[in-house]
Amino acid sequence: MVTSWLKERPLLNDMLVSLLAVFAAFVVGAGLLVLAGADPLVAYRPLLLGAFSSRYGITETLVKATPLLLVGLGIAVAFRGGILNIGAEGQLIVGTIATTWVVLAFKGLPGPLLLLLALAAGFLGGALWGAVPGVLKAKIGANEILITIMMNQIAALLLGFLIRGPMIDAEEVAYGTGYPQSALIPEGSWLLRLPQTRLHAGLLLALLAAFLVYVFLWRTTLGYQIRVVGTNPQAARYGGISVARNLIIATCISSGLAGLAGMIEVTGVHHRLLDGISAGYGFTAIVVALFGKLHPLGIIPASFLFGALLVGADMMQRTVGIPAGLVNSIQGLVVVFVVSTEIWQRRRA
Amino acid sequence: MTPHDEPPRNPIAPTAAIPCATGRDQTVQFLEMKGITKRFPGVLANDHVDFQVRSGEIHALLGENGAGKTTLMRILYGLYQPDEGKIAINGKAVTIRSPREATALGISMVHQHFMLVPPLTVAENVILGLKSTREPWLNLGEAQERIAELGRCYGLRVDPRARVWQLSVGEQQRVEIIKALYRRAELLILDEPTAVLTPQEVQEFFTILRQMARQGQAIIFISHKLHEVTALSDRVTVLRDGQVVGTMLTSATDRQRLAQMMVGREISFQRYKDPVNKGEVALELQGVWAQGDKGLPALKGVSLTVSQGEILGLAGVAGNGQRELAEVIAGLRPATQGKVVVGQKDVTNRSPAEIIAQGMSYVPEERMRVGTIVDFSVAENAILETHGQAPLARGWFLDYQAIGRYAEKLIADFDVKTPSQDTPVRHLSGGNVQKLILARELSRSPRLLVAAQPTRGLDVGATEYIQKRLVEQRSKGTAILLISEDLDEVLALSDRVAVMYEGQVVGVMPTSEASVEELGLLMAGVKKQLPA
Repeated sequence: MVTSWLKERPLLNDMLVSLLAVFAAFVVGAGLLVLAGADPLVAYRPLLLGAFSSRYGITETLVKATPLLLVGLGIAVAFRGGILNIGAEGQLIVGTIATTWVVLAFKGLPGPLLLLLALAAGFLGGALWGAVPGVLKAKIGANEILITIMMNQIAALLLGFLIRGPMIDAEEVAYGTGYPQSALIPEGSWLLRLPQTRLHAGLLLALLAAFLVYVFLWRTTLGYQIRVVGTNPQAARYGGISVARNLIIATCISSGLAGLAGMIEVTGVHHRLLDGISAGYGFTAIVVALFGKLHPLGIIPASFLFGALLVGADMMQRTVGIPAGLVNSIQGLVVVFVVSTEIWQRRRA
Repeated sequence: MTPHDEPPRNPIAPTAAIPCATGRDQTVQFLEMKGITKRFPGVLANDHVDFQVRSGEIHALLGENGAGKTTLMRILYGLYQPDEGKIAINGKAVTIRSPREATALGISMVHQHFMLVPPLTVAENVILGLKSTREPWLNLGEAQERIAELGRCYGLRVDPRARVWQLSVGEQQRVEIIKALYRRAELLILDEPTAVLTPQEVQEFFTILRQMARQGQAIIFISHKLHEVTALSDRVTVLRDGQVVGTMLTSATDRQRLAQMMVGREISFQRYKDPVNKGEVALELQGVWAQGDKGLPALKGVSLTVSQGEILGLAGVAGNGQRELAEVIAGLRPATQGKVVVGQKDVTNRSPAEIIAQGMSYVPEERMRVGTIVDFSVAENAILETHGQAPLARGWFLDYQAIGRYAEKLIADFDVKTPSQDTPVRHLSGGNVQKLILARELSRSPRLLVAAQPTRGLDVGATEYIQKRLVEQRSKGTAILLISEDLDEVLALSDRVAVMYEGQVVGVMPTSEASVEELGLLMAGVKKQLPA
């Protein structure tokens, strides 16, 4: 009875199922906590409430939600085009490199112009990195999952090399400390911040991107073609739509959005290149995109939820001494449950 | 496991009395389905359906697509659970939760697409999934004997040692039936079994089925072809809109009445032909070669022409290169040799977009896999080829108002039954999907239409409609290449008939000079027309 009532309200049904998946993940996660010798009730308190208990928690949640949203949108575009982009982590890193390099190279320019340049650099950097697996898949049918994963590694090592070599901060060299990071970018290129927090204007940019991605996928001819190619490539070919061309475009937009997330991390949060600048956003965002049903309207709340989880995980680690890595396990469990409920629903239908 | 599942164990008399004399009482009600009701969101697929089958009878199940035949059979085979109603086998109430349980109760289904493993022998296929009588060793020898025995009893001639890939389609079908009988099936469900056979093979197949019925086998025969139903079955049950319209003795009815019961109105069987008014050549194939999916030549030098204003019917048994030919014309499969000309332009190995621009429309054989995107709405499917053109698009943007109006027009013009234009195509019946595809393809006013199996699997009503629209389009001056395995359809619609066999056109003739017998021989590769 309840199920048939819900069947006629698919949106509510989806939301409920998603929340159930999160709940189930927490239940199993509690088992893991017990195995680690901790009291789940004590550990879950900061994890669940940490993000909402203070001004710091709330703003930090939004800070972490911003790259998750941008990358998640990109992953949704790729998925809709039939591509499994596991390479957002690498594309984001290349986005940070391109942004930093451009801003440092043209630091004499006025702030707004510099920001526009940074925007273009971040997007193009990510897009070029993503174009490699996109072209290889479109032209020779290479498996994009393998190639994007391998290119993640290359990007991370490239970053490590650059901030220890060509792009290292001149002052680090001068003082002999040699800490691996780039020079600070000029203040003119910093994104506007809410005073006394790290919350920056990048969030607005990400929300705008969500709107644009929606318009792109559902209101433009190109978006239509990408969805056709991703849903049924045979029908696309039959209808005269080039599969190869659209695969490449979808990957470039997807990876460009990841690169944009990198640009925002540099200009909004860190203001320079660092080791581990991405904090695994490229992977968490895959969960965000799936959890948000590959739709901008779903990905926005999903990115806030997972941003809150990341903040809560930090709090849990600090106050209860539970490793934040456990949150990764819970994320993994969420994926397992979301995917399995989807299979279950499809089989029941 | 019931004792029925086990192959005979007695080594002294392995062939004793099996299975010719089943000793089944032929007046017994083998199956009784009572008050079966099944609801899907927004659809009442089965509405208190009563259906009985006696041992030893061939019971035809007739109905348009979406009438509920498939749902009823899936319930019987344990794939769906009914919302209401009871099933009894041999007078005993049963619940069938899976195909495995159905098999244990003596119910077997032969699907339209065979479930055989080509590299294995017939005997190996038959015993697949069964427990051997002498584990861990296979009981192949015993199986071979029993298969031969079954073959003798029912006229199901197949060499148990032959490998399945070596068999013709008709022989493979016999293997499927042997598989069912080997598992002691008492009720056989045949889902459109004649779709893949030549006319000669159909006759032979019917003889086998009658023989099986005489031995006490119960058979449910699902078909859209009225003349087959009247020729073969003992009783007919007609379904419409999920309800039983009636069950009657076949001898007490005729095609006209059955068709009327099925669609709820009069159906005319007359052919709608007016004289050909041939225009210029719209399609010309010159010595076209192409490879099949397995890398072997599927087309071996095909030459054909189709002119505007005529229908060229391409007959042939499935798998003789028809699908590959259509794909080469549509630009979906490369030609390795030869030339394809659409209009005046050489389009050999050009992109589908370029060929579409030359005025080619294509109704593909696989309407759910190729012809539509089933997860997309009716409206989104309607604009597959034309989404970039005004007025459907303005610059880079889709104009949803224009698209909505366009979709409404297609739906109205082609009588597509859909709750709305936003409904995913997945929820439409086969006939309505095909109407949508035809609407989309004809709305471009094509110079050439390639229609592959345009009415396969459709009910009488939809088939009649599609055929009528094809003939209308021909009269409007479109060249139509009609690829069909249904000889009746080819003969009814075409102005000329060509026959394909093993990747070659083995004969072309005006329809007025063609006979079913001669076409059958050409289709079977027995005969080849000498070049005129």
